[in-house]
Amino acid sequence: MVFKAKRLGMLALGPVLLLMSVFAMAAGGEVSEVNMSPGVTEVGQKIYDLHMVILGISTIIGVLVFGVMFYSIYYHRKSRGHKAATFHESTKVEIAWTVVPFFILLAMAVPATTTLLDIYDNDDAELDVVVTGYQWKWKYEYLNENGENVSFFSNLRTPQSEIDNTEAKGEHYLLEVDEPLVLPVNTKVRFLVTANDVIHSWWVPALAVKRDAVPGFINEVWTNATKEGVYRGQCAELCGRNHGFMPIVVNVVSKDEYSQWLAAKQQEAAEIKELMAQTFTLDELMVRGKTIYETNCLACHGANGEGGVGLPIAGSAVATGDLGHHLDIGINGVPGTAMQAFGGQLNDVDMAAVITYQRNAFGNNMGDTIQPIDVYNHKKG
Amino acid sequence: MGDHHHGPAKGFSRWLFTTNHKDIGTMYLWFSFSMFILGGTFAMIIRAELFQPGMQLVDPEFFNQMTTLHGLVMVFGAIMPSFVGLANWMIPMMIGAPDMALPRMNNWSFWILPPTFLLLASTLFMEGGAPQAGWTFYAPLSTTYAGPSVTYFIFCIHVLGLSSIMGSINIIATVMNMRAPGMTYMKMPLFVWTWLITAFLLVAVMPVLAGAVTMMLMDVHFGTSFFSAAGGGDPVLFQHVFWFFGHPEVYIIILPAFGVVSQIIPAFSRKPLFGYDSMVYATASIAFLSFIVWAHHMYTVGMPVSGELFFMYATMLIAVPTGVKVFNWVSTMWRGSLTFETPMLFSIGFLVLFTIGGFTGLMLSIAPADFQYHDSYFVVAHFHYVMVAGAVFSMTAAVYYWLPKWCGRMYNETMGKTHFWISFIGFNLTFFPQHFVGLAGMPRRIPDYALQFADFNMMSSIGAFIYGASQILWLYNVIATIVAGEKISDEKVWDGAEGLEWTIPTPAPYHTFETPPKIDPAHAHS
Amino acid sequence: MLRISDKPNLNTAANLVVVAVLMFAFVFVVMVPLYNVLCDALGINGKPSGQSYTAVEAKVDESRTVTIQFIASNNEGMPWEFAPSTTMMKVHPGAVNGTVFQARNPMPNPMVAQAIPSISPARAAPYFHKTECFCFNQQPLDGETAAELPLQFIVDQDLPRDIGTITLSYTIFDVTDMAGAAVATR
Repeated sequence: MVFKAKRLGMLALGPVLLLMSVFAMAAGGEVSEVNMSPGVTEVGQKIYDLHMVILGISTIIGVLVFGVMFYSIYYHRKSRGHKAATFHESTKVEIAWTVVPFFILLAMAVPATTTLLDIYDNDDAELDVVVTGYQWKWKYEYLNENGENVSFFSNLRTPQSEIDNTEAKGEHYLLEVDEPLVLPVNTKVRFLVTANDVIHSWWVPALAVKRDAVPGFINEVWTNATKEGVYRGQCAELCGRNHGFMPIVVNVVSKDEYSQWLAAKQQEAAEIKELMAQTFTLDELMVRGKTIYETNCLACHGANGEGGVGLPIAGSAVATGDLGHHLDIGINGVPGTAMQAFGGQLNDVDMAAVITYQRNAFGNNMGDTIQPIDVYNHKKG
Repeated sequence: MGDHHHGPAKGFSRWLFTTNHKDIGTMYLWFSFSMFILGGTFAMIIRAELFQPGMQLVDPEFFNQMTTLHGLVMVFGAIMPSFVGLANWMIPMMIGAPDMALPRMNNWSFWILPPTFLLLASTLFMEGGAPQAGWTFYAPLSTTYAGPSVTYFIFCIHVLGLSSIMGSINIIATVMNMRAPGMTYMKMPLFVWTWLITAFLLVAVMPVLAGAVTMMLMDVHFGTSFFSAAGGGDPVLFQHVFWFFGHPEVYIIILPAFGVVSQIIPAFSRKPLFGYDSMVYATASIAFLSFIVWAHHMYTVGMPVSGELFFMYATMLIAVPTGVKVFNWVSTMWRGSLTFETPMLFSIGFLVLFTIGGFTGLMLSIAPADFQYHDSYFVVAHFHYVMVAGAVFSMTAAVYYWLPKWCGRMYNETMGKTHFWISFIGFNLTFFPQHFVGLAGMPRRIPDYALQFADFNMMSSIGAFIYGASQILWLYNVIATIVAGEKISDEKVWDGAEGLEWTIPTPAPYHTFETPPKIDPAHAHS
Repeated sequence: MLRISDKPNLNTAANLVVVAVLMFAFVFVVMVPLYNVLCDALGINGKPSGQSYTAVEAKVDESRTVTIQFIASNNEGMPWEFAPSTTMMKVHPGAVNGTVFQARNPMPNPMVAQAIPSISPARAAPYFHKTECFCFNQQPLDGETAAELPLQFIVDQDLPRDIGTITLSYTIFDVTDMAGAAVATR
């Protein structure tokens, strides 16, 4: 019997080693398909270690308990002629299996606590980024001590045709955006997370960050990526229709590249200001407007303006009616409906382009153009 | 004493007006099975859409309605009523009572359920569709941003709560007042014990859920701002109130399942339960702990670190009494004389899979690690291991175990075992890969996913279809047994089974224990 | 039909009904107020006190500088332009500081707004005292008009040493309908 029990114990070790090696193999690569990734932050590594330790302890306990159970299932079956013992209740055993798990838990609680305290140490960040969840996109705003904040929206870039299976899916299907968040490497970045409408949750596994975005309140969380690269994540809290279609892409670049990017962004903002004074032709506005339409309007109003969640645009009274009213809806939205106020989301050039596009595409053919200055004037009343 | 040996009335009015605990139990069981099929159908739609990347069958809005209704129907329509039905059938027979304590209320608590679920299902055809904020319906998605069906949904939750509270009051009154002379508390079968504790949990927390949905109703219709920051409220408050109900709720679901397994494992091990007393105390401590761990569902919501630590430690503690239970079941099997009829197979399936769900639960309790697990498929896998392989497997075991007693006919053992093995394989094929995609970063409640999750999702969908199909085999087996099963008349259907329910004739007569049974004071609990 | 009296059963049921009713009441009279108290005390969600702080004469701690960041955001469907006039300030604990937020109602009709403050890190919230704030009251603005919304605050000297930066965020909500209803019912 003793010999048998020993051999059984050896057998029990088999699955543990197998499981561990599968996970270890997976951990060698950057992104794993079967296990948590340690990611590119120190905290992520700590969380990963914690995860593996607890998984290991659980597996060992599981193998022991199931080992005893399967031993019993095999050797204590009636068909083998095993007669039932009558023993029950043993205070010693019962105390042991209450106290031993308690101490195992205590041992787990120590690293868990230190890691948690580390995650909550938000101080001394070198860069602050406000992350705002919208139905269904993210807005990033870089707080800038000197000068204006840089801010932009980040929309899903995967075309509707790939989602509808009419075109082959790209490599980063559903995990690609028009404008990624750009962060410098080896820099403590603090995220101030909030939401515009419902609760969202900003999750990038490789950065070991997940924080709920609650409308009206800010949450803070930080990361410090030690490796350059592109990291992808998704909204983790059910936020309505397109919850599955608001990915996050973070581009971690060298500090130099980051400064260049930031300067370019500021430059771009300045250029937009210049563009605002310009007059565009219908064709120019249509080209720009089409892109804006596809990232901002298509999800609700359809690829051909046929409508969906939103009203149809093709042949609609708004798009073929009074220009001022059309602009008003684009800028201020329609309170109480899914139609958001885009005045704060699109710059005046893009707003002018998309309104022009809506009035001239899908067979609307109004022939009128809206210039950035019109949008500006409308906003200022 | 009059002519109370009459049988049931004839026709539909028998069922409509019945106050007989067995009739009501039967209705609860059939109703919950039909809800299991309905909720299962919703699950099949979800898995069919997730079979491949891309949107194929439904639009994202309908997908969200499916995930919401699947959760609501399974929790409130399938699992909870099924255990209430089991309690109705078994508790009076286990404690030697002639019926439930409040038979008329028993009838009402059942009959308000079917119209409520009809109403809930009908919201699918309403303008704006059924509720789509998930079964946890977090504000403000479920209030400010909800469609008109939210009002009906709130009404449904109120009625379901009422039904559960009435059912629990009945169970508590029965257990406290109707035990046969000599049936002391510490002699009650564990199923009765777990249900008594569950019933207290229900009376304590269903009103809290009612409070939460009442606040939603007031926010939606009466201009209050409990959950809206604009008027000085707080959306996170909703989550606190909801999970103050919600965490005890998951134990409400699993404790009766513990009770069932604690009856079946000793029967087929032909050996008494190893530690009866410690099982009772473990159940009570789990129930107590369930009130102080709710915020572990909200680690990412932005709590102060002190709060996170408190809820993490308290949650980890639950592993201790849960471990005691698992160790007890295994020790009961140890050196027994085991046979593996269908109820035992499902109980062992429960034991193994529930333990795995317990391990992932322990992993989820670790707050820093939860920042990666939270709202991912890892969580989906975890709670299906405890809800399906826990509650549903044990319910299945219970039906196979007591069905012969109820109808005096034996089910087809081969078909039962086949049902087990297909269920077991199908279940694991469905939910085990979900651990992997969750850890790799797939969020829950999404209608479409990135390409790296495709293989495991396809596996998961195939498993779900297998598991779903195997339930039809179960239905067939049960109907075939009732209609044409092999007749049996032994009082004890299973040679190792203990308890008062095995002392009455088979099939169980319409009225039992009209004269209280004699309980041998020397004989221990069953 | 039952041999034993119904009375103990009805007593048990009545007691349990009382428990259920009490638990329902518990949500409203205990959980909600308790949550608000805890939020104030612990700064859960960075929710600062909604009341004006009565300044106590305190010494200004010149030796210490705390950075205050201001963020403004609009909730969905709120068309106002709303922004802080300065995005960052360096202040000494104990000193009274002031700034303004710019708001403009671009709509033709009058509207009422409510600004909701939130402080990060949350544990700094109990140490951030506002002596004057536009967030204490609803803010009406006629159509197409602008206003400067004043804010005065003191950072407590007892602010934990390790907090160097405090972020104050305002989210502005459109409460025109709510305010209208309140007027109507008055």
